Amino acid sequence: MTGLLSVRDLRVGFGAHPEDNEVVHGVSFDLGPGETLAIVGESGSGKSVTAMAINRLVDFGGGRITGGQIEFAAGDGSVSDLARAEENMLETIRGREIGMIFQEPMTSLNPVLTVGTQIEEVFRLQHGMTRADARIAAREALERVRIPDAARRLTYAPHQLSGGMLQRVMIAIALAGNPRLLIADEPTTALDVTIQAQILGLLAELKRDTDTGMIFITHDIGLVAGFADRVMVMQEGRVVEQGPLDRVLDAPEHPYTRHLLEAVPHFSDGKSARRDGARGGGARTALDVEGLSVRFPVRSGLLKRHSGNVHAVEGVSFDLMRGETLGIVGESGSGKSTTARAILGLETPARGRIETGDAGEAGRPVQMVFQNPNASLNPRLTVEQILAEPYIAVGRRIDADARARMAGLLERVELPQGSLARYPHEFSGGQRQRLCIARALMLNPSVLVLDEAVSALDVSVQARVLDLLVDLQKEFHLAYLFVTHDMAVVERIAHRIAVVFAGQIVEIGPTAEVLANPRHSYTRQLIAAVPSLERRHSAFSVDTSAIPSLVRPVGWEPAPVPWAEAGADHRFRAEG
Amino acid sequence: MSYPLRRLLVFPLVMLGVSVFVFIAIRLVPGDAITAMLGTESGLLTPAQREALTAYFGLDQNWFVQFWRWLSRVLQGDLGISTTYGKPVMTIILEHFPLTLELAVLSMLIAIGIGLPAGIFAATRKDKPSDMAVRVIAMVGQSTPGFVVGLLLIFVLSVGFGVLPQMGTFVPLTEGISRNLAQMILPALTLGTAFAAAVIRISRSAMLDILREDFVRTARSKGLSRRRVIWRHALPNALIPVVTLSGVEFGYLLGGAVLVEQIFALPGLGRVVLDAIQQRDYALVQGSVLFIAFNFMVVNLLVDLAYAALDPRIRFETK
Repeated sequence: MTGLLSVRDLRVGFGAHPEDNEVVHGVSFDLGPGETLAIVGESGSGKSVTAMAINRLVDFGGGRITGGQIEFAAGDGSVSDLARAEENMLETIRGREIGMIFQEPMTSLNPVLTVGTQIEEVFRLQHGMTRADARIAAREALERVRIPDAARRLTYAPHQLSGGMLQRVMIAIALAGNPRLLIADEPTTALDVTIQAQILGLLAELKRDTDTGMIFITHDIGLVAGFADRVMVMQEGRVVEQGPLDRVLDAPEHPYTRHLLEAVPHFSDGKSARRDGARGGGARTALDVEGLSVRFPVRSGLLKRHSGNVHAVEGVSFDLMRGETLGIVGESGSGKSTTARAILGLETPARGRIETGDAGEAGRPVQMVFQNPNASLNPRLTVEQILAEPYIAVGRRIDADARARMAGLLERVELPQGSLARYPHEFSGGQRQRLCIARALMLNPSVLVLDEAVSALDVSVQARVLDLLVDLQKEFHLAYLFVTHDMAVVERIAHRIAVVFAGQIVEIGPTAEVLANPRHSYTRQLIAAVPSLERRHSAFSVDTSAIPSLVRPVGWEPAPVPWAEAGADHRFRAEG
Repeated sequence: MSYPLRRLLVFPLVMLGVSVFVFIAIRLVPGDAITAMLGTESGLLTPAQREALTAYFGLDQNWFVQFWRWLSRVLQGDLGISTTYGKPVMTIILEHFPLTLELAVLSMLIAIGIGLPAGIFAATRKDKPSDMAVRVIAMVGQSTPGFVVGLLLIFVLSVGFGVLPQMGTFVPLTEGISRNLAQMILPALTLGTAFAAAVIRISRSAMLDILREDFVRTARSKGLSRRRVIWRHALPNALIPVVTLSGVEFGYLLGGAVLVEQIFALPGLGRVVLDAIQQRDYALVQGSVLFIAFNFMVVNLLVDLAYAALDPRIRFETK
């Protein structure tokens, strides 16, 4: 073995009889120092299990290595087979030789310990430092991942930091032991796109400056295009293709690789926006929002005095036609979901007007599809009961007509016949989201609010659900309010885009216009942060500027920001 | 204003509520204090004598006047005179409370000292024989009534082996630590058994939940030893339900453990309250219930402060 890591015919199973319940079936690959391998695959492909078999964290999740070798060259030159290593030996490998970054920074740090403690313990364990030295080293580690004001941040508990900050802390922890191999398991999936760009920038910098080998696990092949050397595509526990990055991306050999490359929506600066616009002669308005503001009171002191307001949504105006999709994009905390909730009547607006074009046949013209189909379906109800609920809510009888509608909608969203008597857990994630869509359509609404409705789905499932949404839109003349953080998805589905920043729309217009010709600085920042295959050789910069606070004193009113016209129907907020 | 201070402001309100409730409840019990106090001899009283006694204890007034008089004395630190003992209620409580407090503390030490390590041990060996054994012991410990455990302990240790004096006149802690502990160990074990069983069960399940958390996986990925992962990373997160349970149990124990005091002939607060109810000793019932309620609130406050110390996400100021 000449490289850093050599995995041969790795097999991993779970449960009491791991041989019979194998999820990784003979995976082989090599990694050299300073090299980055991207493992790409959808959920259930075995990519995370493969990675966690290397430092044997898979043991703690009930997994067993049932075959193969994992040869790893440690810093002292010794080569050992981690597949057969004892737990005592593995403890000397983890952290010191192999560092790991996880998907969910919010849950991957201990909530009761300060971030300082969690970084320092690695320095103390792996480098034998004293408490005082470890503290200095931890501060330097935070500075290395560009956390401003590092000395003070060391004393913070994880809940006091944002997701992007926490992921940087995770990287600082993983790097604290000076590992020769870094495993990053979907390190940016839970983060906003601008924060994602910063994390990718940090990892690319690390790759440039050190000879740390890296395994980057992702479901998004476009994400790793910027800095991976080699790509390995996995499907159902097997490697279907691996090779140098450019070869795999430009000349994929396996049909599944080609399928993945096609299924992943690639952001293309507005070039793939929809051309079937619904505006123009005779279009009916489905939704008209004028000057919407939603504020949450901040109370403080003994008497819970009303001391200020969170201006979650401030002066949002837009209209939406039948048969049209408006994409609302922005980062978490920007107010996109609050806007959606206010339109559904789930939040009381502080001011503003929300009008729907049609009252709808049941007086409920707006319906909603939520992000997580697992959490938004009651596991104790059958599909029939789930679909009946909108009817019950408006006081309708479940008669033959209602049943016919259920059956018709199920067929329309391509769920199998005979689904009515089954329970949600019997369906896959994509099928469950179809079920949620069918439920939302029961009352024949004119507007569907889709709040990150495809974000939790695998890319190929996501593509099919998006196709279904487009078909349904044409058939029922539906208006979609599509809330998302994913620029590539919104480019495909939306006719128009509203960019939301700090509670306000900063730019709104036709998708192709806004994405090809962004006028507001935040829109530009957002677009620049989207990774794409075409831009694979451009580097991400690490920006550490913070989002402004939305808490304002009582009685505060925003200064009116004038709109500037950038073309027909394309407006943006003037910047000072 | 800080959270503990705000909580202290609520104390008087709760105490007032408890007072009103107890005041009415005890008077709704049939029978009167004078009859109960004198027993069969109460038949020998002349109506005038009975009236004089009733007036002496202030029982001739209507309930509002009685409550007002009692309350205004309580506010001056005077809980009144017991009809059965003929002594100030406060003196009686202070005589019996040290024993109850000692019993509660010993039981809790036993419960946590045995229960917490056993629960963690079982959680880290989930579904192995040792985990099964701990779970069976916890189940038996929790479902066996305290008096059965107590009687069994007396029989095995005192009668069977002749070790440990089981009864006799109670020796307070201040008059001989070893003699006191010899008397207290059996009742403390009796109370501690069920308490420990509950702690085992709750700490085991809390620990199992925490061990599945992402941050435990992170801790392992750092190369930390198994011991440090469990004690430094998992345990502080698993302690909150244990603290909740222990606080509630400890609060109950401060109100006295009637059954165990009875079995081991210990003059604790539980028996005082029981006797006071039987004797319609209004002042003693009211005074001791007020005292117990106060203790309970203090324990609850300490539990809340423990939460904040354990978990930085719990910040009372922002609530």
